[in-house]
Amino acid sequence: MGDSKLDLLQGTLDLMVLQTLAAMGEMHGYGIARRIEQVSGDEVLLNQGTIYASLVRLQHRGWIAAEWGTSENNRKAKFYSITKRGLKQMAEDAAYWRRLSSVMGRVLAMGEEGGER
Amino acid sequence: MKNSMGDSLRRGLLRLGSFFRKRPLDLELDAEMQIHLDLAVEENLKRGLSASEARRQALVQFGGVAQAKEGQRAARGMPWLDIALQDLRYALRTMRRDYGFTLVAVAILALGIGANIAVFSVVDTLLLRPLPFHDPQKLVWIAPADAVGLSSSTYSADAYDDLLTMNRSYEDVTGYYAFSTSDNIKLTGSGEPTPLTGIGVVGNFFHVLGVEPELGRSFTRDESIKGGRDVVLLSHAYWKRQFGGDRGIVGRSITLNGTPTTVVGVLPETFDFGAAFAPGTKVDVFEPIILDNIRNEGNTLALIGRLKPGVTLAQSQDEAKTLFPKFYWSKKYADSAGNYTARPTELKQYVSGKLRRSLITLWCAVGVILLIVCVNLSNLLLARAAARSKEFALRSALGAGRGRLVRQLLTESLVLAGMGAVLGLGLAYAITSYIAHQGSLALPLLNEVKVDGTALLWTLGISIGAAVLFGLLPGLKMSSGDLQESLKDAGQGMSVGRSHERLRSALVISEVALACVLLVGAGLLLRSFLRVLDVDLGFQPSHAAAIKMDYNDGGSTEKRNAIFEEAIRRVSVLPGVDAAGISDNLPLERNRGWGGPQAKGKTYRKGEVPGAFVYIVSPGYIEAMGMRLRGRDFTWQDNMKGESTVILNEKAAKFISPGEDAVGKIALINGKEVHVIGVVADVHETNVEGTSGEQMYLPAMRDEWGPEGAELVVRTKLPPAQLAGSVLRTLRELNPNQPAVEFRPIQGIVDRAVSPRRFFVMLVGAFAGLGLLLASLGIYGVISYSVTRRTQEIGIRMALGASAGRVQMGVLSKTLKLAMIGIAVGMVASILVANLISSLLFGTTPTDPITFVVMVVLLGGVAALAGYLPARRASRINPMVALRNN
Repeated sequence: MGDSKLDLLQGTLDLMVLQTLAAMGEMHGYGIARRIEQVSGDEVLLNQGTIYASLVRLQHRGWIAAEWGTSENNRKAKFYSITKRGLKQMAEDAAYWRRLSSVMGRVLAMGEEGGER
Repeated sequence: MKNSMGDSLRRGLLRLGSFFRKRPLDLELDAEMQIHLDLAVEENLKRGLSASEARRQALVQFGGVAQAKEGQRAARGMPWLDIALQDLRYALRTMRRDYGFTLVAVAILALGIGANIAVFSVVDTLLLRPLPFHDPQKLVWIAPADAVGLSSSTYSADAYDDLLTMNRSYEDVTGYYAFSTSDNIKLTGSGEPTPLTGIGVVGNFFHVLGVEPELGRSFTRDESIKGGRDVVLLSHAYWKRQFGGDRGIVGRSITLNGTPTTVVGVLPETFDFGAAFAPGTKVDVFEPIILDNIRNEGNTLALIGRLKPGVTLAQSQDEAKTLFPKFYWSKKYADSAGNYTARPTELKQYVSGKLRRSLITLWCAVGVILLIVCVNLSNLLLARAAARSKEFALRSALGAGRGRLVRQLLTESLVLAGMGAVLGLGLAYAITSYIAHQGSLALPLLNEVKVDGTALLWTLGISIGAAVLFGLLPGLKMSSGDLQESLKDAGQGMSVGRSHERLRSALVISEVALACVLLVGAGLLLRSFLRVLDVDLGFQPSHAAAIKMDYNDGGSTEKRNAIFEEAIRRVSVLPGVDAAGISDNLPLERNRGWGGPQAKGKTYRKGEVPGAFVYIVSPGYIEAMGMRLRGRDFTWQDNMKGESTVILNEKAAKFISPGEDAVGKIALINGKEVHVIGVVADVHETNVEGTSGEQMYLPAMRDEWGPEGAELVVRTKLPPAQLAGSVLRTLRELNPNQPAVEFRPIQGIVDRAVSPRRFFVMLVGAFAGLGLLLASLGIYGVISYSVTRRTQEIGIRMALGASAGRVQMGVLSKTLKLAMIGIAVGMVASILVANLISSLLFGTTPTDPITFVVMVVLLGGVAALAGYLPARRASRINPMVALRNN
């Protein structure tokens, strides 16, 4: 792992994209990437370009939809929005991550409190 | 995560769609990314960065544009297919550039794969595929365990009836008349009488085999009993040939042997009686056997049973042990029971079981050919790899992973194998259709041989297998080379790439060893074949020919004698004719067995008197066949006025009078006293490779033994074909009804009997020749390449005073060293293989020294020749040119 930023685990980017779209509504690729960077407080090592692989993957799965449209400053851009199935999927994945992180949290806390070492 | 089938399918389709819409999707992605960057630049500008810094930061944040595009493409499409297509395009481009190599490689592969497909088709048809009958696993051939030839594997009509009523193993039993000869029927009514071959079958024959007539119907019950109307079924081929495929023929009447006979049906094209039961012959029509008519003829029926469901072959064999001894030869003779045995075997086993070993040997031989082809190609690819090492080092330096390089090389191998397979299929198609039309080849089911779906699958399998086999080694070798070495290696023609050359040498050695095994195997089989051709058959097949003579004696022996005598007299005086005579049967064809001769006055235990083959002959036959006789031949006076006479073969003579000359002795035949007037050398009556049984030659001039038809044998110095016209004309003068049957050289009969062995020897020999060619090509390639690489070194040595002869010797000795190691390894393998095929050899030991020596010399000689060409080139290197070139 880099000394300052977190590497993204496999599959986490997809969930971040879903969550971002669920929270913010329709967005273009740049917007999503910036939003993830901002929310993560720039702690995540994200090459913005990699988001496009994630977007096409989610589209194929039918969890997000895409449409060309015009941005607020009058530019043509491709806008993505989360679908019903995507919302459902996101709920499942989010629950999974919460459980995993709470388990990880407890497991990692064991060493500090048990003091066996 | 839910992952239903529908979802995966949908995703697959989307990916496939993306694969085909690559360009528009790429353009869209480009646009999207451009906007992304524009937005980023805009934002950075707003943050107060300079234009160039804004752009730089935007790009940094984005990461590699190319990687991002690649990632998106991989996620949306089918990356492996993209890579495969890329590799394919690249492979085709390289191959076009290197078309000399491509041509050689594809040609070698086509030969190897084509030979394999063709042999597979033969093996599949004869050995692997079930017989072309309904539920063929249930069909059994019913014959004694030790049956040699048809005569000893037939049963009487009475035995058949008893078997039908008493057995508990069979759903049904059928049979056919085993002693029909070719051209035994003449068709009249439209112009000249034409000959055709008919065979009698028990009425239920087609029902038991599960063969449905293509047109019309099979025989009915009342057509198989005495007094029923005369009917016939036509074979598909005869129907096409004689009646032009006229569908209206069913129900019409044709005249066969002067009897109006109704055509009740036409058999399907897939049914070929000869192919299954009498290899090398054709049958035109089938008549129902009327059992009551053959009840007095003795053993005439070859039997086929269909097992009841749930009854195993072993159970039917057990039942046969106790059941068959109960059967009568003829119910008229109470003491004729107890002589039958039977050991039912699978019909398939009877049809092609004898060929199993030969076919498997053939299959292995052709497999070895493919192996040699693969080794050869590996070698060629390695040579090419050396030339391409710079290219690969460059690709590797540009970031291609090892897996990717191996994949690229395997793609090239697959393309080569694919092209080879396509050409090979064409080759195999030509070979199989040639084989399928070899009607005179006495191998069963040949008409069925074709490149079918199974063969196509086999092609696919061996092509991919071969590609992996010959492509993997060079692939690994090439991709493992470290960059530095490769880039340096390609620079100067020094003594580099040693391990490379060692590997190639090892490949050549294995190639030579494999070729050696093939050559020795083929040599042993060839020698066996020559031994078979050398067998003393007891008659002289060359310069003799036979024609089936039609006659009508109205049942009178005297009239028949007059016809025979006149025919022989007239034919004998034709120019070029040395001798002529008549027999009802010819050796190596139809035969018939009776109880053998007994010495007069001696009593024998039951079963002690062996059976004997019977030939009813006229005077002159013995001479016309070129048989060796002591004592005298028959004369026309050996008729009812004289005493009964017989000529025995040595074996029968020895049996009735051991230790003494049988000529002049009296023998008992069928209980009658007969004078032995002569003894002939044993004739191979059933096959060329086995031993002879007892034989009796009885005069056609007596009432007791009437001939069954007449084969007029003519001995001549002329080629038989020249005589055919005049002989037929002479017979026509005597009998206008004589059909235009073939005047068959006796040699042809022998040739047909040895045709299976000839077939195998020719194929294995061809494979050995191919193996030798490929091995020599391999040697040539390696030596030639090493000479090219060492041009400079040789140039230096020659400049320092090495003579041309010395250089030549150096190269040659290197070649011979490789060849000798290969031959040594091959010899050891050959001895093992020779022992495995020892049962296929005839009169040749598996360690036959002559074969081994000849093959070693041959292989060594060819290897030396393959090495000589590059050696000569090496010796002609001009030192100045060689040194200046680099």
